[in-house]
Amino acid sequence: MDKFILNYFNTIRISIAISIGVAISLFLILIISKDPGASIGYLFLSPFLSRIRLESLISVAAPIIFCGIAIAIPFQAKIFNVGAEGALFIGAVAGVVFAIVTKMPPLIHIPLTLLVAGLAGGIWGLIPGFLKAKWNTSELVVSLMMNYVAYFLGLYIINYYFRDKAAGALVSLRISSSAWISTLPFFSRTSWSIVIALTFALLVYFLLYHTTLGYEIRTTGFNLHFAKFGGINVFKIIILAQIIGGFIAGVGGMTEIMAIHRRFNWQVSPGFGWDGVMVAIIGRNHPILIIFASLFLAYLRIGGHHLNLMSDVPYEMVSVIQSVIILLITAEAFLVQWKERITVKEAERKEIPHGTTS
Amino acid sequence: MVAILEAKNIVKVYPNGVVANKGVSISVEENTIHALVGENGSGKTTLMKVIFGIEKPQDGEVFFQGRKVQVKNPHDAIALGIGMVHQHFMLAPDLTVAENLVLGQEPLKNKFVLDTKKAQEITQEISEKYKLPVPPNKKIKDLPLGIKQRVEILKVLLRNAKLLILDEPTSVLTPQETEVLFQTLRELKKYGKTIIFISHKLKEIKEISDKVTVMRDGRIIDTRDANELSEHDISFLMVGRDISYERVSASEAIGEPLLKVNNISFTNEENSPVLKNISFEIKAGEIVGLAGIEGNGQNELVEILTGLRKADKGELFLKQENINNLSPRKLREKKICYIPADRMKNGVAEKTTLEENFIVDRYCQPPFSRGFRLNWKYIEKYSKELIRKFQILAHSSKATVDSLSGGNIQKVVVARELSADPKIIVADQPTRGIDVGSEELVHNLLIDARDKGSAVFLISANLDEIIKLSSKIMVIYQGEIVARFDKIDGIRDVDLGHYMLGLKRGEV
Repeated sequence: MDKFILNYFNTIRISIAISIGVAISLFLILIISKDPGASIGYLFLSPFLSRIRLESLISVAAPIIFCGIAIAIPFQAKIFNVGAEGALFIGAVAGVVFAIVTKMPPLIHIPLTLLVAGLAGGIWGLIPGFLKAKWNTSELVVSLMMNYVAYFLGLYIINYYFRDKAAGALVSLRISSSAWISTLPFFSRTSWSIVIALTFALLVYFLLYHTTLGYEIRTTGFNLHFAKFGGINVFKIIILAQIIGGFIAGVGGMTEIMAIHRRFNWQVSPGFGWDGVMVAIIGRNHPILIIFASLFLAYLRIGGHHLNLMSDVPYEMVSVIQSVIILLITAEAFLVQWKERITVKEAERKEIPHGTTS
Repeated sequence: MVAILEAKNIVKVYPNGVVANKGVSISVEENTIHALVGENGSGKTTLMKVIFGIEKPQDGEVFFQGRKVQVKNPHDAIALGIGMVHQHFMLAPDLTVAENLVLGQEPLKNKFVLDTKKAQEITQEISEKYKLPVPPNKKIKDLPLGIKQRVEILKVLLRNAKLLILDEPTSVLTPQETEVLFQTLRELKKYGKTIIFISHKLKEIKEISDKVTVMRDGRIIDTRDANELSEHDISFLMVGRDISYERVSASEAIGEPLLKVNNISFTNEENSPVLKNISFEIKAGEIVGLAGIEGNGQNELVEILTGLRKADKGELFLKQENINNLSPRKLREKKICYIPADRMKNGVAEKTTLEENFIVDRYCQPPFSRGFRLNWKYIEKYSKELIRKFQILAHSSKATVDSLSGGNIQKVVVARELSADPKIIVADQPTRGIDVGSEELVHNLLIDARDKGSAVFLISANLDEIIKLSSKIMVIYQGEIVARFDKIDGIRDVDLGHYMLGLKRGEV
């Protein structure tokens, strides 16, 4: 038993954090709701009870997966870049502009639009990366500020040059229909975007764990001095990791537009970048775990919306669960004493024969 | 005689699962110098930390002057009359000697201001009482190591310690400074003090101690009178088998010069010259030792040789080829290998597997990778081979480095560097802080590499190691080569000590 706990400590720790988050929300619902049974059902069961909601769950997860893996790459190199939000936003702006002004056969138009969005996102990742590698600026601060730059620059471009004056709201012109991403066959809501997201997740998994570049990124993250000593050009790696991350975030933003809105309609930043930070932490920067973390987050969101709609408990209940989970996972000391006690016990049992201790 | 200190059945397990003390019992008689010896990692320091209240044991009892005591923290220990001088000094470098001595029990003027004059008087008084002269008004950072250590000892004496624990006090000292320390210790014994002296230098133990306790692998092996034991006996008890301390025979086949260092100079960010016109060459089949007290420019020299730093002036040659300012990757491709002094900082990534640690310099070459794709199958097979060949104690090639002991981590580094088929090996403190068994293995591997025609540059503060292995010796002092010895036979560590301290200069 003790051995099992030690081997799977991280998984157990995250499961316990999630359970505590859920337990707290159950407790809160019990206090505030007039019909707690139904409310709990709306929050935790409803996502599975209708096909539409299940499909929405998958659609909601797609951009979160993109941003999760986008963040995970610099995180693996121990670069705390939180610029996925900005890269996603500016990527979507660039992609929308490209898809408005061009028309091509869909087979070329879709990948080309995604490429343009990715490149714009990549440039957004490059800037904090370059400043970090060159002058050791804080990538956290720079990438955070770059999010605002992306936001206002993006709105300026869309609202002044590509605004749809016929529409009743502040939105861009429609993108060419050749750049639309359609829904999957046999589905009514879920589009190909989830397939693209999963493909990227698998590619990033391969990149990180099976290529020389991935080895360089992870080794730089494990120990920068060791990487330098071994001959890795850490300057190059720090920049590359953020360019790739920015690229993926940009693609993620544009996929969302091409699959759902088909025009630029974000007047507030959509927040996927922050969801990405969250799932990267929950999924310990591992692309495959990030997929599951994203689905879990989407599940909470869908349940939360239904809860908001159907009961007297507000949507913010979801934020409570999220915050508790993140707090517990990022608190390094959480359950560490438990682990140390078991480690000590195991070691004592193995190393000290009975009789010498009294 | 009466035992001043008794510890019974001490068990200490660290949170990471390392069992440092496995039921240790020790008894120290009053007014003796008691040596506690053992290899690194045998549990000596842990035992002392338990007695001094720094570490909390899982089990066991401590008796001081016949009474059972609960030492929960160093405060309790000091109140009882136990003092400890740590391996790494605990002094405030920007304060004066007097200020450091009274720290924590300062004499006050008007209840608020430090009474500097009184502090100086206190310093004078204690230093005269024990015949340990120190300059009260000098800042700690301006003092040589030997005097800093003396301040540490005075600090302990000022707090009325009856029992002094000295943790490897000689590891930072030259032979000359060590001799002075020993006079001090004998003096203190006359005043009725008891001293526990931790060391793994056999000669010193014989010279200074009355009793010797040997620890190995977290247990006490034996406690005896020092005059009953020979150096050889102690070493046998420490390691559990015979170890050779003989100088190794010089290599027969000395070839052409492989590494040539020409007039290297380097000035650091604070504008002080760290290296001044360093020149030397190392031939194939030769080990050239660089002796010196740490911090005399060795780090910078090594970093220049391995491409991590650029020299201001001078050139490096591999045979005829200029290798100035090449990147670490390029230098590694030219088969220049590097065993770093700080293995945890530069030598390994501790949170990842042995496999990933073995390939850091070669992951981009076939068969470790083809194109951009890593060949994990081959890497695993290769890693298992290295683990076997270099006798690394690890449960698998997927074990993380931080699950290994210090000696085994060093073997990981050495295994990687020496398996790269090196032409030049820069070995910076290759055996610091590892057990005697691993040390012997590393020495043999370096000698094997030498006999295969590598040029070895050995940087060490351990003079025994330098004398044992080197074919030629240079001494560095304040960034200058102050002595060169091309014939090693009959050289003693004391001879080198004079040059290391800057007391003598040779013909250079």
